[in-house]
Amino acid sequence: MKQRQRSLLLALAPFVLMVLAFQVVPIFSMLTGSLRSAGGAGFTLGNYVHALSSAYYMQAIKNSLLISVLSSLIGLGVGLACAYCITRFAPAVRDRLLMLSNMTSNFAGVPLAFAYIILLGNNGVFTLLFKQWGWNVFDGFNLYSWTGLILVYVYFQIPLALLLLYPAFYGIREQWREAASLLGASPWQFWKTVGLPVLSPAIFGTLGILFANAMGAYATAYALVGGNYNLLAVRIGSLVAGNVVTQPEMGSTLAVLLALSTLLAVFLNQRMVRRMEGFSAAGPRRRERSGAGAGKTRWRIAREEAGR
Amino acid sequence: MNTSKAGAGPRSFMLLLMVYLLLPLVATGLYAFARDWQNTLLPESWTLEWFSGMFQDSRFLEALWTSLYLCVISVVLSLVVMLPAVFVITVYYPRWESFMKGIVVLPYAVPGVVAAVGLIRAYSSGPFNISGTAYLLIGAYFVVVLPYMYQGIRNSLLSVSAVELLNAAELLGARRRTAFLTVILPNIWPGVIVSALLSFSVLFGEFVLTNMLVGGHIQTIQVYLYKRVGESGHLASAIAISYFVFILLLSAVLMKLGQKIGRLSK
Repeated sequence: MKQRQRSLLLALAPFVLMVLAFQVVPIFSMLTGSLRSAGGAGFTLGNYVHALSSAYYMQAIKNSLLISVLSSLIGLGVGLACAYCITRFAPAVRDRLLMLSNMTSNFAGVPLAFAYIILLGNNGVFTLLFKQWGWNVFDGFNLYSWTGLILVYVYFQIPLALLLLYPAFYGIREQWREAASLLGASPWQFWKTVGLPVLSPAIFGTLGILFANAMGAYATAYALVGGNYNLLAVRIGSLVAGNVVTQPEMGSTLAVLLALSTLLAVFLNQRMVRRMEGFSAAGPRRRERSGAGAGKTRWRIAREEAGR
Repeated sequence: MNTSKAGAGPRSFMLLLMVYLLLPLVATGLYAFARDWQNTLLPESWTLEWFSGMFQDSRFLEALWTSLYLCVISVVLSLVVMLPAVFVITVYYPRWESFMKGIVVLPYAVPGVVAAVGLIRAYSSGPFNISGTAYLLIGAYFVVVLPYMYQGIRNSLLSVSAVELLNAAELLGARRRTAFLTVILPNIWPGVIVSALLSFSVLFGEFVLTNMLVGGHIQTIQVYLYKRVGESGHLASAIAISYFVFILLLSAVLMKLGQKIGRLSK
């Protein structure tokens, strides 16, 4: 019995070691780092006070929050409309559409920023073409600015929103609509009193994932504007691995703030997913299918985050 | 919902969406084959020189090789570590599963930049000074693929009813290690391969951690691409498109394998 225990624990040891070394220790080191003044000993909240009172860092936080909220809301809006539209198609077409949007969600990070530079950058194909044709729709448009960033962020938010939302639309069953219309409800009344309340956990949960996704996005912004635009993720990167001066303590502090916001958003998503499961308990077969869907979705999300 | 026929509204809306989503891809593709593309909607003349340039560029080939071996090593390491661990937890200590899930889900919620900060701080000084080395990167990659590996291995174990299989094998007199190697492993292998390939494709596209941890020392394909963006647009397009096609092929293989396994386990 003793030996049995020992060999089981031996099988677990490498896993525990790796997780400790590359997950627990770094997080611990980041937390203690955020509480240490540069070069000093002892613990202090000075970094947090500094981060939250410095106009520069506050601007980075504000910019990140703004771009995340805005790109998430646009992504959510378009995603909702698309998810509804997609349910109107025949299954074969629908699967192809989903596959295409799934495919484009592989196009993220550096290659995506790069494609936009080719298209709309200073010497981009469309920029030059429209200049040639005398169109001035892009006058005053600058890809390497706020509007450009929003444009690229929205691009990677839409497929993700669509993939997260469309399973929820399938939770709305045809019988409910029939029942509602038999009772004299107009389509508008149906959506207001039945459709939207059923969808709302999925909507808020998706919003959480989109927000976290945008907050943590680094590759896209970095490849597009380098250090020139004041975003939280970009700021952290240059504080820790920059070429000029590195301030790992300040970087840790900002990283903790960023992690708190994404953890909160993911927590919101988890709670909403749980509430959603209450709605889709309409039948055993249905639950099984939505369960498989949720698993797949979760895999997708992680892929998104790895690519950004 | 009504799935018979879509009206004009949904049709045109989805068409618009697809154009929007595919436009950057198609444009990058065209750019990779274009010699002149200045004044017209489509390139004026075509060429393959950017692709041939790509394969003659020794730095590109080096970066490709670096990416391949780093990803393969990380995935293999992850398999070696995770297979026994997930097996032991799922079969012998199911009480620890929720704890395990917490650890494994963490990389979902923590963005790459944040993870990089901790890794750099923990390993740039002190007894384990491995900053800028492949060891640090492989460790970081291990954490990145934790969720896929855990989910994949655990699902395969549950779908082949590992506990019953094991009991049967032990009843017939097999020792535990023998039972694991000769009964369990061959049965879960297809599912494990799928998670390994998925992990590989995730790591192949990883940029944030790679650039921050070893960007100055080791060039993977993503870091290389980033460094080429400013130089030749055509060449970088060729690389970006090749990369994209590669990932697409990989996910096609994944899907086919997944379907096959799905059918088998039914």
